[in-house]
Amino acid sequence: MESQDMERALTRIAHEILERNKGIEDLVLIGIKSRGEVLAERLAAKIKSIEGNAVPFGALDITFYRDDAGTHKPERAPEETELPFDINKKKIILVDDVLYTGRSARAAIDEIIDFGRPTAIQLAVLVDRGHREFPIHADYVGKNIPSSLKEEVLVRVKEKDGVDEVVIAERES
Amino acid sequence: MSWRTKDLLTLEELTAEEITLILDTASSFKEVSTRSVKKVPALRGRTVVLFFQEPSTRTRVSFELAAKRMSADILNIQTSSTSLVKGETLIDTVKTLESMTIDALVVRHSCSGVPQMLSDVLKASVINAGDGSHEHPTQGLLDLFTIRETKGKIEGLTVTIVGDVAHSRVARSNIHGLTKLGAKVRVCAPPTLIPAGIERMGVTVFHDLDQALEGTDVVYVLRLQLERQKNNLFPTIREYSMLYGVTNERLKLAKKGAIVMHPGPMNRGVEISSGVADGPASVIDEQVTNGVAARMAVLYLLQGEKE
Repeated sequence: MESQDMERALTRIAHEILERNKGIEDLVLIGIKSRGEVLAERLAAKIKSIEGNAVPFGALDITFYRDDAGTHKPERAPEETELPFDINKKKIILVDDVLYTGRSARAAIDEIIDFGRPTAIQLAVLVDRGHREFPIHADYVGKNIPSSLKEEVLVRVKEKDGVDEVVIAERES
Repeated sequence: MSWRTKDLLTLEELTAEEITLILDTASSFKEVSTRSVKKVPALRGRTVVLFFQEPSTRTRVSFELAAKRMSADILNIQTSSTSLVKGETLIDTVKTLESMTIDALVVRHSCSGVPQMLSDVLKASVINAGDGSHEHPTQGLLDLFTIRETKGKIEGLTVTIVGDVAHSRVARSNIHGLTKLGAKVRVCAPPTLIPAGIERMGVTVFHDLDQALEGTDVVYVLRLQLERQKNNLFPTIREYSMLYGVTNERLKLAKKGAIVMHPGPMNRGVEISSGVADGPASVIDEQVTNGVAARMAVLYLLQGEKE
């Protein structure tokens, strides 16, 4: 996917979110760090340009909730979770770049629930690459990219990587 | 970068990058302590033993909270209630503990080097919570974290450590940490409380507090360890307080906006006046808050390495 494809997918997801939730009432966007945070911020901007009003957005660092904590060397130092709002009785759109095994989504849901009781949690991802290990599915998908386990699906965003793109690479092992 | 050692024994053995990784990790754990549910599952199922041979409130409570906020199980052991009083050796006692499969041992001991000795015989992580007058690395880390948080950086700052440097493990850990991260460190005390050759650690020695405070960004006041002053190292506490006590009047000599730190427990009116301890320059309460975050980061990084 190139920059334009990513933008179009995000625009469509923004519209789908508004359609399904009938507007922005009680809606909040929460991105999973680090690239989900960028995508959540972009979705928030798109929703604002469509509806005229801003949707609150926050970001989760799920490092401490991972099920492989302690057996897996983290790739980066953990960052802070930033949820500058009350999540009780809110409809949460959880945003991530790639949906793969479903383990990150599980960790994110567990973390959110430690902050309160939302009305609903919906999942939006830019790419669904398949190979689920948990009973989790996305409510909004930018693009389905069937992939092999030998491959890696890499989402790059301007804010962090200097370029907007989705590429499939051979896994280095 | 990832973590390379199983233990945290000293700040002397760490690189600047490793110290920075701990401080960065501590920032995210500090956020956990501000939540209404102050708990994450990062160390679920792990067992942490707190083995304290010397009295301690803040360090022990801080480690205990740190482990609990990461969902670890805790065992508190005071040596007075162990088989050590029946004559068992320290190594046999901790090996017994390890046989019950513990993951980390936090140890405080009055003899320098005990954590090192235990780390050599244990597979579990050993964390030094203060050994004799050697080091107190987690105190050093929380102090570095507090300085970085309030001043925005450590490199280039001038830090003056005032007081009983000779008996202070806190001073040693701070000197190692601060110099590695690029701060200029001064130590100030009567000659009897400054160990010979301390200049080799990269510090400048002062015996006059007024001179030492000039141009200082951080004033680090050490506790006068009254229980260790049996050899008449200075004439009277009152004289010490006159010459080396940090008061608001003296603090004016430091750089504008300078902060004052103390590892606790304080002897108010001896090494620090109540006016300073409770004044606007004091970050002593922040140090205690940050202690939990720094210890969470250490426990997390050490346990994160287990395969």
